[in-house]
Amino acid sequence: LGLALYTGSLCAASGTAFLYHDYCVIGAGPSGLQAAYFLQQAGRDYIVFERSHAPGSFFALYPRHRKLISINKQYTGKSNSEFNLRHDWNSLLSHDPRLLFRRYSRDFFPDADTMVRYLEDFASLLELKVQYNTAIIHVTLERDEQAWNGHYFLLTDQDRQIYKCSSLLVATGTWVPNVVNFPGSEYVEGYETVSINPEDFAGQTVLILGRGNSAFETAENILGVTNFIHMVSRSRVRLSWATHYVGDLRAINNGLLDTYQLKSLDGLLEGDLEDLAIVKDKKGKLHITLRFYLENRNTSAGINSITLPQDELDNFATRAPYDRVIRCLGWKFDFSIYNRSLRMMPGKGNKKKYPQIKPSYESRGTRGLFVLGTASHSVDFRKSAGGFIHGFRYTTRAVHRLLENRHHGVPWPSTVYPITQLTNSIIKRVNEASGLYQMFSVLADIILLRENATAFEYLEEYPVGVLAELEVQTGRKAPNGLFVIIMEYGRNFSGADKDVFYYNRAVGEAQHAWQSNFLHPVIYYYKHLPTEHEMRLRLPDWPLPHPDAVHHIVEDFLTDWTAPNAHILPLRRFLENCLSTDLRNFFAESCFLFAFTRQKLPPFCQQGYVRTQGLVGSEGLRRHAVQAGLLEDYALTDFSGDRPPDSRHGSQDQLLRDHVIPVRPLQHLVNTKDE
Amino acid sequence: ELSPQEYFSSLQPGRASLAYFSHNVSPGAQPFLEQIENSAEALQDYGISVMKVNCPKEDVSRYCGKENAIRKAYLFRGSMLIREFPTDALFDVNSIVANVLFALLFNEVKYVETLADLHNIENALKGKSNMVFAYVPATGTAEHRAVMEAAFVYGTVHQFVLTTEAALLKDTGNDEPDVSSARLLFCHCQQATDPAQPCRRTAMEQALTMLNIHRHLKLMGAPLVTEVAEDPEKVSTIHLQLGLPLVFILSQKETYEADRRTAEFVAWQLLGKAGVALLSRDLVNLNILLRSNVALKTPDEGVPIKYLVLEDTGEVITLVEDKNKVEQIQEDEEEEDEEDKENNDQDIQDDQVVEAVSRDKKRELPLEQILVLTEDTFHSALLETARTVVLFYASWEAVSLAVLQSYTEVASHLKGTGGVLLSRLNCWDWPGVCTKENVTQFPTIKIYEKGERSVMYDGMWGTEELTSFIMLSRVSCPLKLATIEEAEGYLRGELPSELSSYHHTSVLGVFSTATSEAREAFEEAGNILSGHVTMGMYFEDDALALSRKYAVSPPALLLARSGSQSVEGIGLSKQSVQDMVQMIRYASLDIFPEITVQNLPHFLQLRKPFLILFSDGDISQMESEEMLKLAKGRTRQALVACWLNLKRTPVGRGVLKAYFATVPSLPVLVWVNLHAGGQVFKFPAEQTIAEPNILSWLEKLKAGLEIPSSTLSEEDWKPPLPAYDFLQMMEKAVPEVPLHTSHHHRDTPARHPPESSGGDVTVREEPSQDTKAEKVGSPGRDLRGTAPRLAAREKQGRRHSEL
Repeated sequence: LGLALYTGSLCAASGTAFLYHDYCVIGAGPSGLQAAYFLQQAGRDYIVFERSHAPGSFFALYPRHRKLISINKQYTGKSNSEFNLRHDWNSLLSHDPRLLFRRYSRDFFPDADTMVRYLEDFASLLELKVQYNTAIIHVTLERDEQAWNGHYFLLTDQDRQIYKCSSLLVATGTWVPNVVNFPGSEYVEGYETVSINPEDFAGQTVLILGRGNSAFETAENILGVTNFIHMVSRSRVRLSWATHYVGDLRAINNGLLDTYQLKSLDGLLEGDLEDLAIVKDKKGKLHITLRFYLENRNTSAGINSITLPQDELDNFATRAPYDRVIRCLGWKFDFSIYNRSLRMMPGKGNKKKYPQIKPSYESRGTRGLFVLGTASHSVDFRKSAGGFIHGFRYTTRAVHRLLENRHHGVPWPSTVYPITQLTNSIIKRVNEASGLYQMFSVLADIILLRENATAFEYLEEYPVGVLAELEVQTGRKAPNGLFVIIMEYGRNFSGADKDVFYYNRAVGEAQHAWQSNFLHPVIYYYKHLPTEHEMRLRLPDWPLPHPDAVHHIVEDFLTDWTAPNAHILPLRRFLENCLSTDLRNFFAESCFLFAFTRQKLPPFCQQGYVRTQGLVGSEGLRRHAVQAGLLEDYALTDFSGDRPPDSRHGSQDQLLRDHVIPVRPLQHLVNTKDE
Repeated sequence: ELSPQEYFSSLQPGRASLAYFSHNVSPGAQPFLEQIENSAEALQDYGISVMKVNCPKEDVSRYCGKENAIRKAYLFRGSMLIREFPTDALFDVNSIVANVLFALLFNEVKYVETLADLHNIENALKGKSNMVFAYVPATGTAEHRAVMEAAFVYGTVHQFVLTTEAALLKDTGNDEPDVSSARLLFCHCQQATDPAQPCRRTAMEQALTMLNIHRHLKLMGAPLVTEVAEDPEKVSTIHLQLGLPLVFILSQKETYEADRRTAEFVAWQLLGKAGVALLSRDLVNLNILLRSNVALKTPDEGVPIKYLVLEDTGEVITLVEDKNKVEQIQEDEEEEDEEDKENNDQDIQDDQVVEAVSRDKKRELPLEQILVLTEDTFHSALLETARTVVLFYASWEAVSLAVLQSYTEVASHLKGTGGVLLSRLNCWDWPGVCTKENVTQFPTIKIYEKGERSVMYDGMWGTEELTSFIMLSRVSCPLKLATIEEAEGYLRGELPSELSSYHHTSVLGVFSTATSEAREAFEEAGNILSGHVTMGMYFEDDALALSRKYAVSPPALLLARSGSQSVEGIGLSKQSVQDMVQMIRYASLDIFPEITVQNLPHFLQLRKPFLILFSDGDISQMESEEMLKLAKGRTRQALVACWLNLKRTPVGRGVLKAYFATVPSLPVLVWVNLHAGGQVFKFPAEQTIAEPNILSWLEKLKAGLEIPSSTLSEEDWKPPLPAYDFLQMMEKAVPEVPLHTSHHHRDTPARHPPESSGGDVTVREEPSQDTKAEKVGSPGRDLRGTAPRLAAREKQGRRHSEL
């Protein structure tokens, strides 16, 4: 804080033409506003720059057909607000219950205009500091050893106004349309501008380039009026319900798959767009050919001299001419405004549309520059939900917490509990936490054990990729081992071409929980904080390095992990064995007996009964415990004081059924198996 | 080789000899001579000499002279001829020994030809002696010899019966007897009492050799069931010495008779195959014994005893009879053991609270008296009543639900009490409120005063304690008393009247007008202790009069215990709030309390040794007075003197059993230091419980002159059972898991699911029956038709995918 004041006064004193803020946020979309909310709540000096006159300018245009594919669930049967966020993919995080998206729309797939209205309300109701009509066109660095990160960020807007910031949060999303260049690409219409009126496509034959949700959404819109639609893309179609990735093709958009597979003229093709060429004939029809043929052709000749594939292969699939070709290839991050000194590099392979960032969301090239929102999706691309509102609202909060610790000495929020609450606190979180659920395998709850395992500290939703830096990043210490609570799908279950409906896909028994396929909680135990090196040696499918012990809570059909025997008991045993203690609950009477007959007491008695918080229990409960053989009723043993409580008389056959053979529990009701 | 004269003169009375009279060495007799020479040694063992008598050429005496003499051998006992054998019956050593012994043991070995003969013999033997019945396909065989040799040794103990009649085999219970092989049965006729029933029989399983018969007869002679009272590892019986396993049936006092019957039943089944021993768990203190009901000790050295849990006697028999099955059962058993460890025991709830609550979950609680709060109603509800008690709980959490039960009891106790509203808020439904109200643990009870502060309940989760807390916290603490009469009434427990049934100790602070600092501290302490202690304060001008009456000078505390007429006065020297809280807490504890489950924690906090008088019911006036004297005396600083009513606190019996193994005669006085050393001393029963006796005993304890009855276990509380070792399961199934390296081939887009990574394959390798069935049944998984499909794909690829 002292530093902040110092730099603040420095700027004021110099009285130059720039305006200073501790934090600058570029973009007033969902993630920019989300970041602004947290900065505002923490009382930080920040500003949000928005080139449009209102927030959420992307949503003002896109999706073109206006239907959001983020679900907006009105009812879950539960009142738990945290739990309900698991099924609300549009709201941003705030303390204000008015800013829940279900108050804005009753549609399960709401209209994009509603999102724009919601974002406007979010900014205005929370009085977020957004400077509209300010397009940042250039970002550069000013070295200064006094600065938080060794440099200031200098931002220039369209009016040459310069802004100086200590920390830069980039929330610009990905908005630059992906284009491909091939001969004839000038005949291609872009998704950005193509007509959304189906009438305009009546009786036309259409080729769509791309295979994402925008391509299918476009097809869906005109499916009923076209002659037929063909769709070309390099990769196979990836279905969201097979990959568990919301960015893949969602069932709501997949009408074309239906008509293709039912042979209703529409179709899908695989091919590299780079090899493509489009030739227009005299009638204005567009013919598909290959770049290869064009390169060999006589340049002076007309259309008739161009070789078409069907000249050689007379049943070539796309030999029919098209009326229109539409490009729906998605968007990429705008790298153009950053000075080279910021080293904003595109990612590799299929992540090249995103800037390179660390798992802490900080740029790999520039300290103090954090990427938020959709543009930060390289961390969990094709895995989790970090590229979508329902995911990045949590990662943005995580970034804010990292910043609070780094710049203001505010450690990561945590709660200290006695060890008796260990099982409870995990069960509570895995049942209601929405951040863990949405950002599965990316955000994790961390339990830091105190000395002698008598208490623990609970940290929520920490980015698991920077686990090794936990002490530096959170300001919390982890000298006595830790648990990491994370949600995972079964490895090898999800995938673009996997059968996710095979028989016995769901595990029902706790002892086979590690084979669970659907999203379920996993708890890793480490005696020591993993090092950077260990993090680097993670197995490819593992979010975390090899633990000292691991526990899977068996997947649950209802995602309700509160069953005493199938969920809580195995978890307790796992925790007990990691900590080498006994975490059972005891009635006061048992604690009384232990207090008089043992020098040491189990934690539940030590932290409860001894501190006059013993669980007396009602008579009925005591009777149940006695019947279960877990509590001895000394009032009844007057006459047979020496008899072991569990012995029983019996016939020859009964005898051999030895008395220590425990009563087997009833078979669990197996969930989806019995569907 | 003797001459006839020499031979006959050498014969001794009673000694048997076999003689062959030979003339010249005739070539035909040569093989026979060799055999008879070979048998000499064997027969020697039975005291039978073998002679070759050389007949002079001219000898025409009885043996030498006969024409056919050379084709015969003669058996003599003394000089008496017993039998003459044709040499072709004595074709080898076996036949020689068999026939010779058969002839000699004419009485010991009865030869029978008919069933009737056999039954006659059997019936005659019943109740007298046992019978060995042997069938040999022919006499003169090795088996025949073995039987005869056995009869030579055991003939006086058991009656031997021999037959060559296959028909008699049918009588042995074998319908399709293999007539070509010899059989031997031991018939237990000695114990047979029913003349109508044949004797119980034990067939010998092994081949009929002398050694086997010997073993068999030895085993038949051994006791049926051996009783054992030592570590099974140390036990040795004839069975083990003979290379047979020994089966232990693990018994205990309560089931001894039944176990004995089981053991005998099993022993009969296993007779000749294994020994059976009956082992009392009570006498042998081995933990493993508690987990199993049968143990198997094999004769092989160094093989540890196998402890098993078997379902019925059949399994015990199989265990022994079938070697392969033994291995299998053992493996199964081990697996099962493992599974037991991994599955069954682990699956079983061993948390008494969780189990009790889940057993009770179907019962509907009478919750009508308790208002359900929500996020929306929480704040408005707090404003409606003077005091709102809120139970914050989680509907899935067992301790919360246990407390909720007590809470309903509180509600019914407090029904109709004005100014108190009992409510509950489920944090699983409304996490926001719980976070805001700083509820970090389940359950939490807070009492909200309208528009004012809230108090967190920190007492026992019991009906009485919570009721009393709610009632006591309704009155301001401390209560300001206006007149000296009120103060007196307060000390008599009359004020405030509605609380008279809840409090036991009243604390009255008396302050002069000059002592405002102490008074403020007292008021602050009252805030902290609100609900736990009743506190009053008096600071009017005439406070001095009050203090003078009780011989204290203000600031001072006056303590009135319920049930006691006297008022104690304590000067207030310390003025800090913490000290005052501590002091009031301490002062309000009883001097010689009855210790109960609910109040023990208050005394535990003193961290002193306990001197407890265990009593079955109320203690006598005399004991009470003596103990009170002691408690009030100088020992008060050193220990907590208390008594325990086993009728009210039955768990005290558990304490006594832990100390003395059984409950000693009551009352019993025990000194135990829970906080250091954990030693337990018992006041000598012969001494009367009187202050001087106890004091001198305590002195002796202090001097280390007494031996502790027991010492409390210092053991840590370890996990009761192991957890599922998922890491190990993964490592077993997915070999790459333990590798800490990144030498794992990365996913490539070309990879297809069927031949995907090891993980995938192994995960699917453990399918249940259904998966297997599905795999077989579903199209596209079997191999049939693969080739055409591949071709089709290729074709499609060319036409379709490559643009």
